[in-house]
Formats: sequence, structure tokens, C-alpha cells
Amino acid sequence: MKLRPATGRRLANLAVTLWAGACALTGIFILFWILYVVLSRGLGALNPAFFTQLPTPPGVSGGGLVNAMAGTLALTGGATLMAVPMGLMAGVYLAEFSDDSRVGDYSRFSTNVLMGMPSIIVGVFAYTLVVVPLGRFCGYAGALALAILMLPVITRTTEDMLRLVPNTLRESALALGAPRWKVTLAIVFRAAKSGLITGILLAVARVSGETAPLLFTALNSPYWFRSLGEPTPNLTVTIFNYAMSPYPDWQQMAWGASLLITFGVLIITILARFLLREKNDDR
Amino acid sequence: MTNLLTSTQNMPAYSDTSSLAIKISVRGLNFYYGSQQALFDNNLDIASQRVTAIIGPSGCGKSTHLRVYNRIYELYRDQRATGAVLLDGANILEPQYDIMELRRKIGMIFQKPTPFPMSVFDNVAYGLKLHYSLKKSEMADRVEESLSRAALWDEVKDIMHRPGTALSGGQQQRLCIARALAVEPEVLLMDEPTSAIDPIATAKIEELIHSLKESYTIVIVTHNMQQAARVSDFTAFFFQGRVIEFGETQTIFTKPSRKKTEEYITGRFG
Amino acid sequence: MVKPARNQNPEDLRRPPLTVVGDRQVRTSVRGDRVFRWSTLLCSLLVPLVMLAIGLELLLSSWPAVKQFGWRFFFSQEWNPVLQQFGAASSIFGTLVSTLIAMLIAVPLSLAIALFLVELAPPWLSRTVGTMIELLAAVPSIIYGMWGLFVFAPFMADYVQPFLGKTLGFLPLFQGPPLGIGMLTAGIILAFMVLPFISAVTRDVFQLVPPVVKESAFGMGATTWEVTYQVTIPYGLVGIIGAVFLGLGRALGETMAVTFVIGNAHRISASLFSPGNTIASTLANEFSEATEPLYVSSLVALGLVLYLITYLVQVVAQMMLRRRYRAWSVGL
Repeated sequence: MKLRPATGRRLANLAVTLWAGACALTGIFILFWILYVVLSRGLGALNPAFFTQLPTPPGVSGGGLVNAMAGTLALTGGATLMAVPMGLMAGVYLAEFSDDSRVGDYSRFSTNVLMGMPSIIVGVFAYTLVVVPLGRFCGYAGALALAILMLPVITRTTEDMLRLVPNTLRESALALGAPRWKVTLAIVFRAAKSGLITGILLAVARVSGETAPLLFTALNSPYWFRSLGEPTPNLTVTIFNYAMSPYPDWQQMAWGASLLITFGVLIITILARFLLREKNDDR
Repeated sequence: MTNLLTSTQNMPAYSDTSSLAIKISVRGLNFYYGSQQALFDNNLDIASQRVTAIIGPSGCGKSTHLRVYNRIYELYRDQRATGAVLLDGANILEPQYDIMELRRKIGMIFQKPTPFPMSVFDNVAYGLKLHYSLKKSEMADRVEESLSRAALWDEVKDIMHRPGTALSGGQQQRLCIARALAVEPEVLLMDEPTSAIDPIATAKIEELIHSLKESYTIVIVTHNMQQAARVSDFTAFFFQGRVIEFGETQTIFTKPSRKKTEEYITGRFG
Repeated sequence: MVKPARNQNPEDLRRPPLTVVGDRQVRTSVRGDRVFRWSTLLCSLLVPLVMLAIGLELLLSSWPAVKQFGWRFFFSQEWNPVLQQFGAASSIFGTLVSTLIAMLIAVPLSLAIALFLVELAPPWLSRTVGTMIELLAAVPSIIYGMWGLFVFAPFMADYVQPFLGKTLGFLPLFQGPPLGIGMLTAGIILAFMVLPFISAVTRDVFQLVPPVVKESAFGMGATTWEVTYQVTIPYGLVGIIGAVFLGLGRALGETMAVTFVIGNAHRISASLFSPGNTIASTLANEFSEATEPLYVSSLVALGLVLYLITYLVQVVAQMMLRRRYRAWSVGL
């Protein structure tokens, strides 16, 4: 038999190795490019007024986005309050009770599908569900849309984290005579605590940078944030509006808000991953 | 060929292999998983066209030892080997030794059958395509020949285009042997090749090993002492990463010269 | 003093329901547990219900537009709020084209990154690079939009588009003035956005290939690339297709980044340099300004189209990702 020279194979392997390394570098490069741009353009906007004052009309210098910061916090907080209990409970069902039932399969499947649903569709849904009947844009609609986006993330991670808790722990608690709900809430939840927090943090990170579902639900507002019952100022829609405007000082403001949002989201994400890693090291 | 042994320290008890041609000689082999040393100064001569069995309790390093011969351990970055493994006199642990050529010359059969996700035919043709440039008809001939040598041809000749994973466990293992044979290796490494298959299939594979040794040098790691006794000409007994005793199988199993070997063979531990 | 054995208490025998935990049967306190179980079940049914409700709401609210325009809605390019004429063709076209561009770039890039992470990089590097790639997914969409509009689009206009025009300008795809914003820029930014999703799932799929299978391919003298191409990828093919569909779903529905850079023009154009729109960008731009009921209804109908497309894509992705365990691993 004629042996095939291996030079070509070696070259192909080398080429692919280099290509793969180049692709990984490209990904990293894009990340740092974006972070650099956000930092370098956003830092200039950060001053005491930015954090303490209301927005000014175009042409009037100064002003800040304190209302939008408060509004974003309120919207995210409201969404978290709605989504966390539901998501945790749904995760409990999937991990503890569903076994291989049809219902469990279908719910899990829908959770995955909802996770990939475009956020703007969820915004349209909240619009038709809340804004149309009420006849006005309001923060509750925005918070609802965000909650719907958080729900599958929390459900999924809760299920995964609870499944990591060894069965022997449940058995030994049940064997002591504790009812199942107490075992789940007191023992299993505690054992999976950092994992559950990770899931919630990831969900918060995901929605706090969301814009699309707020565009026609919470809308935006240049005034003080008072309640979720009216159009609610928020950072992301402000970025959109200001960036599309022709006024340099508004664009500058948009970069400041971008900086705040980007690093807020990244810090929460990194924190969540860190928590999870710590947990994994314990095991 | 003369016995290449030079260092006498830390030598296992040896029977005489000097009348035979030596295919592989291992000299002063140490192996590390990270900072943990797993093999200690192993020395061994593998006779050409004979079956050499490596036995010992689990965790004694027998698989680790075998995995040095084709440098498959290099896939894992924290594993490294020092010393010398001479294949026909050339040290394969030298970085400049051509690893692709090495793995063509030394085939390996794993504990579990590992059919690739492709048809029976393509499984066997896989290595051929890697190393040889063959015409279609030649390829088909080689595949048939390899499958025949692995005593599988009659069972699969009508299902050549079914996925390799559709065969039974014993057939899958013989498929893997055929795949290894196709590239015309000189040495076959078998890492507990029958531990995952049933007794009847095991008997077939043992028969196969017997018929293969005319043309190949075979090294088999096994935890099954009866298997070692049945199929091998030479046996090495490993314990805690060291070669304790090495010699003709018959001698090892009837009058071992080391106490530890005797204890293991008579089932006092392991 | 000897206590009576508790398990002989006849009262205990009258409490039948047992739940199975692991392989042991354990007695549970009935009522509290039943309430708990049912409430968790209700919560887990919430997600499918929401999915269903979204579909129904979209269908209901889009009904006036569907009734008014019928099938013409999907094929008409005309989008004129003043004349109350609405057609989805340009939005659907733009959605598909920008997604296609994104996938053409993102799929090879993601596979290569996954290969790098699993087979080529040493563990510490793999972890670091992997984390950074995943952080790419954490950057909010609107930030991609800001970067895209103010930095990447000018970069495209100054360097990439003139170059493409010069070299490939004979194709209608690359003709026209280099505006920076437009279909091509949107597609490239989308590629960066979906890349972390595809590469993360592909990485998992690669890692699921049993090491011993890879070892036996390496053991035959195959190179890393040959093992990947001939063994790992076929082995994980179903999962990789799932990963691609996952990314596809993301790209189809991505809103803010696209809205910033696509140019928002309701027209179909052969050139990738020219502005266009997508379903999501049309919704983002026009929804809060739409006042006429037919206008709103037409926008919701666009949303319904997007819902149906992404739903389908997600279903395929989930099916693929679920089957990946069963696909080829039967023999192992």
C-alpha cells in the first residue's frame, strides 16, 4: 500500500488551529472594543449632576438622569418581585415533582422556547394586555414584560440547581418525618442557595439592559419617577431616544447611561458566575 | 537480538526473553498526573509477535503504562512521561518522533467499543483514508480483508452501510479491532478489551487475539488473570506503579519469584 | 421504659399516600404537601400559558389587519401610514436577509471558537476566553446599537464597504454608496450578538463526545482537525444544528441593535449597502407612534409573523438539543 504523505494533513491542522485562535481573538476583540468605546465616551458624562438632576431640554446644558435611574430600578425591582416567586415554584415542580410527566416535559419545553422569544414580542403582548385596556402607557406594563422575560431564566436555573442537590439529603430529611414542602423550602433550597441566587442575578442582568419591551409599555418620561402607574422614565429607552436625537449633549448623556447600564449588567453577570464557581469548588 | 537492559537497579524479576526479537523496550519510564507520580522507573521488553499481558490490581498503573506507548496521554495537558520507550530502537518519547506515524504503527483497542458515528465501512476505512492514498476498489478490498481478519466479515458484509453503533457490543469491539488492523499496524495495544462485553463475545475476541499474534505484537492490559493466562506468552505484574515481576506467562502463574506476585495471583488481594 | 414501636400504630397505617424519593418510599404529611405540589404545578404551567396567551393576543389584535389585507399583507411592499396601506414584505425580507448574513458569519466563527475552547486551548486559557465570549452575550442589545451606530457603521463606511465595492462591486449585492448603516452592517453586528450563544452550546456538545471515542481516533494517528471534522462534529451534529437554530432564533428577533443601524427604510433592495428594516425594527420604531387602529393592528400582525417564525425555530432547536443524547451514543 502506498503511504500518503502527511505534510498536507499537518498543514491543514495548523491552518485550522490558527483559524480557531483567530476567531477566538476576534470575539474577545469585539468585547473589548465595545467596552472601550462605552468607557471612553461615557466617562465624560458622569458628574454629580448626572446622578442628581433631571434631564434638561435640548440646548440647555447640564442636567442628569436621576429619574431614569430610579425608574429603571423600580421597573427591574417590580419585575423581580413578580418573577422570582413564580420562577422558583415552577422550578421546584420541574425538579421535585415532575418526574417524567407530560406536563413537566411540556412546561420545560415552553420554558426553553420562551427563553428564546424576542423581547419585543413580549413587549407587544404587555401592550395589548395592559396598555390597551388601561388606555395609557404605564410602568406596570413594562415591569410585566420584564417579568415574563425573567421567568424562564429563573425557572430553568432553579430546576438545574435543585437537581444538583443529592437525593440522600431529601431522603434523610423526609425520614425524620418532615413534610415534603418543608424539606424543599428549608433543606433543599438552602443546599442550593448560591445556585438559586445565581439564577436570579442572571435574570436581573438580562432584563436590566432590555429596551425593546419597554418602548411601548413603560415608555419614558422626562419627569420625576413617581409611580409605576404612569409612563416611567428609564435608562435604556432614554439611551435610544437621546442617541437618535441630533443634539450632542443628549448623545453624550446617552453614552453616560450606556456606561452605567453596561457595567451594571456586566458586574451582576460576573458576580453570578463567581457565586456559581465558588459553589462548584465546594462540591 | 540481545537484551538491552542496562540498568540493574529497581529491576523486576526477569525470565529470559533474550532469545526473542524485542519490539518495544521501556527504560526508566516515569509518569505523572500533574504532580502525582503514577509510574516509577518502569522497565519492560515487549517481544515481537508475541502477546504480552499486563496484570495487577486496579489503580496499579497498567493502563497508564499502556497509554504511553502511543502517547495518547498527551491529549491531557497535565500528564507527562519521562524516560525512554524504544520502538525498534527509536525513542518515541522524543518530541520529534512523528506522532502520526507512531499511531499508525501502534493501534489501540479501548475498554469500551468506540465505533465512530459513521457506517461500518467508513469506520474501517477511516484510518486507511488518513494514512494511505487508495483507489476505491483497493479500499473496499482492504476493508473486507481487515474485517475478515477481525472475524467480523461474515456478520457484517450485508450491513456495511448501517451505522457502526448499530452492531452488538462484541461486534463493535471487533469492528474497532478491524479498524485498527486496516492501517497495517505493527503493534496492537488492548486496554481491557473484553471488560465491557459478554462472555461469548469475549471468547471470540480471545480467539482472535490468538490468531493475530502471528503477524502482530500485542500488549494487553487485563484485570482478568485467567484471560492473561489463556492468551499471553509473557506477563508483567504491576503494583503501585512499579513492574514487580515480568516473565513467561507460565512461569509467572506457576512459580512466581516475588511474594507480591504470588499473593495477587492466588487472590489474596487485588 | 420501653416505648411502643411507632410503626405499629394503626393510625399510621391509615395514611396511605406515599411519594417515592429515589428508591425509597417515604410517608408525607398529606394536606400541606398536596397544596404545595399543586401550587408549584400551577406556577410551572404559567410559562406554557403565557406562551399560548401571547400567541392568542397577537392573533386577536392583528385580526383587523389580516381581515383588511388578507394574503396581500405578506407580499406587499407598500407601508404607508398616511394612506393606511400596510404590507409586510420588506420587513420580512429584511429580517431574513439580515439573519442570513449573521448566520453566514456567526456559524463558522462559533464552531471555530468552540473548537478552540474544547480541543486547542490549555484549560486556563479556555476558561478565560470562554468567560469573555459569554460576556459578549451579556452586553445589552442597546449597547451594541450605540457602538454600531456611532463606531462600527462609520468604520464600515470608511473601510469595509469601499473595499467590498472595489473588489466585489460587480455583484449587485455590493453596489451603492457606502453609507455605513444598512443591511450588511446590521447582519455583521447580529453575528457578533449570536456568536456567544452558538459557541457556548457547541462547546457543550463537543464536550459531550466521550473522550474514549476521541482517543481512539487520535489513537489511529488523526490530527486534532481530523478528529473534530470526522468524529466530533458528526457525533454532535444534531446538537450543533440545535445550537445554530438557537442562534437563528436570537438573530431573527433581535431588536435594538438592528434598529440603530439598519436605516429603517420600508423597501427591498438588492444591495446589502442600502438601508432596510426588519420586523423587530419596524415595531421598535413605529409602535409607540401608531395611533390609527389599523396601523397598530398591522404592526401586531408583523409581531405575529415574528412570533410564529421564532416559535418554529425554537421548537426545532429544542428538539435537536434534546435528541443529542440519544442520537449516536446508543452504543456507548
